Amino acid sequence: MTGASTIRIGLLLPDVLGTYSDAGNAAVLAARARWRGIPAEILTIHADGTPPTGCDVYLIGGGEDTAQLVAADWLRRHRDLHHALDSSAQVLAVCAGLQILGHTMRDRAGQDHPGLGVLDLTTAPGRRRAVGEITTTCAIPGVGQLTGFENHQGISTLGTGTAPLGTVGTGTGNGTRDHTEGVLADRVIGTYLHGPVLARNPALADHLLTAITGTTLATLELPDQAALRRAYLDPHATRRRLHLRRSIPKHLSRQRLTGTPPAVPVRRPPGWLSTG
Amino acid sequence: MQRGRLGFRTGRSSELGPAAAKPAIRPTASATTTRSAHRIGKEPQPRPGSRRVVHRGHGPRGELVAERGGEDDEWVRAPAGRLGRAWAWAAVWAGLVASRVSRRMGLGAGSIIGGRVTLLLDPGALSGLAVGRRVVLVSGTNGKTTTSHLLAAALRTSGRVAHNVTGSNMADGAVAALAAAGDAEYAVLEVDEWHLAAVARAVQPAVVVLLNLTRDQLDRGSEVRAVAAAVGAALAGLPRTLVVANVDDPMVVWAAGNAARVCWVAAGAGWLGDTATCPRCGALLRIPGSGWSCRCGLARPEPDWWLDGDLLYTGQQVTRLALRLPGRYNVGNAAQAVAAAAAVGVPPERAAAAMGELATVAGRFAVIGHGRQELRMLLAKNPAGWAETLPVIAPERPVLIVINAREADGRDTSWLWDVPFEKLTCPVIVASGERAADLGVRLSYAGLDHHTESDPVAALTLLPPGTVDVVANYTAFHQLSRRLGPHVGSP
Repeated sequence: MTGASTIRIGLLLPDVLGTYSDAGNAAVLAARARWRGIPAEILTIHADGTPPTGCDVYLIGGGEDTAQLVAADWLRRHRDLHHALDSSAQVLAVCAGLQILGHTMRDRAGQDHPGLGVLDLTTAPGRRRAVGEITTTCAIPGVGQLTGFENHQGISTLGTGTAPLGTVGTGTGNGTRDHTEGVLADRVIGTYLHGPVLARNPALADHLLTAITGTTLATLELPDQAALRRAYLDPHATRRRLHLRRSIPKHLSRQRLTGTPPAVPVRRPPGWLSTG
Repeated sequence: MQRGRLGFRTGRSSELGPAAAKPAIRPTASATTTRSAHRIGKEPQPRPGSRRVVHRGHGPRGELVAERGGEDDEWVRAPAGRLGRAWAWAAVWAGLVASRVSRRMGLGAGSIIGGRVTLLLDPGALSGLAVGRRVVLVSGTNGKTTTSHLLAAALRTSGRVAHNVTGSNMADGAVAALAAAGDAEYAVLEVDEWHLAAVARAVQPAVVVLLNLTRDQLDRGSEVRAVAAAVGAALAGLPRTLVVANVDDPMVVWAAGNAARVCWVAAGAGWLGDTATCPRCGALLRIPGSGWSCRCGLARPEPDWWLDGDLLYTGQQVTRLALRLPGRYNVGNAAQAVAAAAAVGVPPERAAAAMGELATVAGRFAVIGHGRQELRMLLAKNPAGWAETLPVIAPERPVLIVINAREADGRDTSWLWDVPFEKLTCPVIVASGERAADLGVRLSYAGLDHHTESDPVAALTLLPPGTVDVVANYTAFHQLSRRLGPHVGSP
């Protein structure tokens, strides 16, 4: 996969595995590629269509419990796609996607369901649901901290020799005693972070794009990205965000609107956005 | 039998009149029926050859709250003795005082605190206050407040209506609404989907309206299917209640399948993002043309009421729904409200005429003047709500979008990525609210130039004078309404 060829992003079953809005990861990858001049297309793969097996990256999102089993069945039936996930493409699997790629998944009734066996992990239900903000330190060099929102009851136990994606700072993650989160295999990244994870963590998105294209990428900073990272990763900002503001700041309550140029400086995004 | 000032309907046998001694086999709907049912623990003596069933209503702790003697009888609150009655009255009075104090101190409309105080002192207050009234509950993910306002307007043509106007849709809000409207014979209560079971069990409604069930606040509910299952379980325990359900939402149809009596309304499908798989069996739904179906047998039922443009059809009757509220979805909401009003005795034409008078609902769709701008306030708090709001936003008008993520909004902002912001054609867009940064990143990836300012009132200075559309989610909408004008839509 070199320079100017189109990156093909396969978005798997977003209608079945889309409850937590992980289809946004595809939009992030495509936009970040296009803004650097690399053409990208998103192929949305629905259950009634034939899945393409030549995508550069496959994205599998999170969904509800019954939907997860439907998706696992569907993936097992499409052997070519299963093979592509196993051998040739980059994969980002979130929440239910991560669980489906493992060996087995146990549901709340105690019944085991087979996964695809692409990742060496097994999942079983925990006692409580893990819901809330999560921050981790990513094991991939250069990515730094990851922030996301988790919403799952599964505990994923990684096999020996399988590396996690990161270690948990705040939150639950995989739910195992070693406080790890996600899984990092050769071409497969699995994580429990929603947000979507690539929207909150652009460094991870760029890592994926670098793995796909094999080239170093130009730096890209969105106008609100720094504020977003600060809001989720700075502990003081978190406390400020949670504090309930009860009063209107005085200078605003007495503000008069005159219709003349605004007193607050107008923030405009950089020029390259309008050409994207 | 008198209805007290605080709305309780209680009586002793001596107050019931000369017919109290002999229970009738077919009681009439007068106030003096159910003569013997007020005696706690004593079964009424059956006449030879007669069949008699005593229905009892129980409060949340299993205590006997009310009884009625037969199918057509009205409920009579079981008096718990003089002390019990006095305590119940005191509890409601304390709640009303608490809410008045809260309003005086400027802490809000006081509905939640009043209801909480009452429930704290008397857990059976909700059942007691609802006895003898015709209660309609309105539930669903989007449209509860609008539909309950439409329905209350329709029922007001028939009598006094108790209504939780401020949108407090849990048990405490219901108690406050019923306490505040003394002897109103109707009650319209919007109820949160997760609280429907508890409120319905206490209140024993005549009608429950189910609008739609889509994803909202997933950090609270985790799965749409779980909400639908909870609603279904609630309806299964209400054999005498009529459920007015939307046939175009598979989750609603699945939940209403447990109900004993259902009135199906084709109110239109808004956003189908949560209904790719069948709620019953998990297989993929087939959605050809006009209906949806699954191989397990769950399918779109034949509607009793259906829409064609602005015309609402049922059997031989046609009613025109001429609303001042914008949006296709509000016509669907009004259709369900008309069906519910008809079930409690309000004819469709009268209901439709009353609904046509409403221009704003709890501050939504209101136009507020602010300096040299006119702000049209719109509420959208999840992908389905946005799917309905996007067509309403005027294409060439500047727009201010305000997003919070407090407890009541859902703490996770991921849902923004299921909103097709790419469709916005507004010349100026400002992202605001406590989560302005999340929204800003989303808008950037949608290819939209925008400004970001987390304080919405300051953000208004970034917009040109003239008409501006303001779209906010739940807490952001209420905060901004309060700041712009305390009389507009504050809870």
